[in-house]
Amino acid sequence: MTGAVLQNKSGAQRRRRRRIANLAADAILFAFGLLMLLPLAFLVSNAFKTPQEMVAWPPTLIPRDPTLTNLVSVLNDTPLLRWIWNSFAFASMSMIAIVATSALAGYVLAKFPFRSLHVLFILVLATAIVPFEVYMIPLYFQAQALGILNTVWGLLLGYLVMSFGIFLIRQNVRHSIPDELLEAARIDGAGELWIFVFIVLPLLRAALGALAVLAFFQAWTAFAWPIIVASGRDAYTIEVGLALFQTGFTVDLGRLSAAAAAVMVPSVALFVIFRRNFVQGVAGTGLKE
Amino acid sequence: MLRKKKWRFAMLAILPTLAIFAYVRMFPIVETLRLSVHEWNILSKAKPFVGLANFRELFQDHLFLDALLNTSIIAFGVLFLTIPLALVISALIHHRARSRFAGFFETSIFIPHIVSLVPAAMAWKWIFDANLGPLNALLQSIGLPAQSWLFDPPLALFSIVILCSWQALGYAVLIYLVGFKNLPRSVFEAAELDGAGGVRQFLHVSVPMLKPITLYVSVVTLISAFNVYAQAFVLASDAQGAPGRLVRVLVLDMLENAFRNYRIGYAAAEAVILLSIVLFLTLVQFNLLRERSGR
Repeated sequence: MTGAVLQNKSGAQRRRRRRIANLAADAILFAFGLLMLLPLAFLVSNAFKTPQEMVAWPPTLIPRDPTLTNLVSVLNDTPLLRWIWNSFAFASMSMIAIVATSALAGYVLAKFPFRSLHVLFILVLATAIVPFEVYMIPLYFQAQALGILNTVWGLLLGYLVMSFGIFLIRQNVRHSIPDELLEAARIDGAGELWIFVFIVLPLLRAALGALAVLAFFQAWTAFAWPIIVASGRDAYTIEVGLALFQTGFTVDLGRLSAAAAAVMVPSVALFVIFRRNFVQGVAGTGLKE
Repeated sequence: MLRKKKWRFAMLAILPTLAIFAYVRMFPIVETLRLSVHEWNILSKAKPFVGLANFRELFQDHLFLDALLNTSIIAFGVLFLTIPLALVISALIHHRARSRFAGFFETSIFIPHIVSLVPAAMAWKWIFDANLGPLNALLQSIGLPAQSWLFDPPLALFSIVILCSWQALGYAVLIYLVGFKNLPRSVFEAAELDGAGGVRQFLHVSVPMLKPITLYVSVVTLISAFNVYAQAFVLASDAQGAPGRLVRVLVLDMLENAFRNYRIGYAAAEAVILLSIVLFLTLVQFNLLRERSGR
C-alpha cells in the first residue's frame, strides 16, 4: 500500500515537473519568436517616425506621433509604384510559366514510361544543381540578343522553368492519381489533352497551389538577375529599386524604412494567407530522396 | 495504336518545356564553361582561346581571393550558427506541437525567410547603424563601447553572417520539423523507459537519428550562402557609398568583372569556380549519405 502511495506521489511530481518544463519551452519559443520578428516590427514602426524619434533610446515600437511624411516623400522621389508593378508583373508571369511547364512535364514524367523521354529529362533536371548565379552572364547576352533588356520579358527569361517544380508535380501525380483512373477515361474514349485538363489538373490543385506560391515568391525576391537585366530606372523591380535607392547619400533612414515597409507588409500579409501552401511546397524539398 | 497516341501526346506536352530548358539553362551553362577558357572583352570582336590563363590569373587576383575568403567565412559562419540553433528550436517546437501557440512559433521563425532580401537587410542596417542604431545604444547603456558595425570590415562580415543566419534559420527549422515528425515514436518510448530525460533524449536519440536531415540542410545552407549577394550589397557599402564594396563577395566580384571591367571570360572563370565549390559540396553530401545506407 505504501508503495502505491509513493508511486502516486512521484507520478504527480513528474507531471508537475513536466508542466513546468512545457511552460519553460513555451516561454523560450515565445521570446525567440518575438526576437525574430523584432527587426521587421521596428522597420514598419520606423517608417512612421519623425527623425527625432528615430534616434530615441530606447526605441519605440509604436510611434508617439505617427507621420506619413516619409512615405509621401518616397512616393514623390521615386517611381515606387512603378517598381512594385514591375515586380508584380514579373512574379505573376513567372508563376504562370512555371506552373504550366511543371504541370505538363511532371504529369508526363510520372505517367508516360517512355525511356528516351526520361533519359533526356534526367539530363535537363541535372541542371538544377547549378546555381543561377553561375550562368546568368551568358543568359544576359541571350536577353540582349533578343532585345528584351529592361523589359519584363527579359526578367522572365531567367524564371520560366523550375526543376524543383517538375519534381514536386511528378511526386504528387505518382502518389495521388491511380493509373486505373486514366485507363478508364481512355477506354471511354477521352483524348489525352482532355484527361490532363479535366481529370489530372483538378486532382493536383493542392500541389499546384503550393508551387504557385513558391514560384511567385521566388521571382518577387529575386535580386542578382534583375539587377543586371533591368538596369534602367523605370525597369527596376522593387528589390533593385530599393537597393539602389538606399545607396544615395541624401537618403535618411526614415524614408528608407517607409519604402521598405511599403514593400514588405503586403508580401508578409500574402504569406500569412498562403502559409499552408508555402510550407507544403518548401517542406517538400526535404522529402526528395 | 493507343501507345502511339500516348507517345505523341507525351512528346508534344514535354517539348516546349524541354526547349525552354535547353535555351535558358543548358545553353548558358555550357556557354559559361566555354567562355571561361576564352579571353573576351565585350568591346572587341575577337575571343581568343587562352586555356587556363583566366584561372591562373584569378588565383593571383587579390580582389578575387578576398571575395573567396569573405564568402567562405560567411557561408561557414551561417552554417555553424544556424544548424545547432535550428536543431534546438525545432526540437522545442516539436515538443510543444500541441501548444496553443504552435502556429505562432513556426510562423514567426519562418517569416524572416520569406521577406524580400532588401527590405530585411534595411531593417538590419538600421539596427547596426553606428550613430542611429539601437545596437550601439544598447551596448553603451550597459557600459560597453560603441562599434562601427558596418564600416569595420571584420564587424561588417559579422553583421552579414547575423543577417543571413536570421534568414536561413526558418528554412532549417521547417525541414527539421518534417524530420522530427518522421522519427519513430518507439525509440523515444524506449529511451523514456530507460530513464532518459528530455535533454538526453535530444542529444542521444534525436540528433543522431536526424543526421541525414542535418546533412541535407547543411549543404543547402552552405550553397545558398556561397551565392550571397544582396545582403552584402545593402549592408556593406564602403566609405564612398559604393554598395557591397567593403565586404566583397564572389557574386559581386564576378558581376564587377563582367559589367564594369568588361572581362566576360574572366568572370566566367569565376563562375566556374563557384560551380566547382557547389558541385564539391553536393558530392560530399551524396557520398556521406551513401556511406550511411551502405552499412
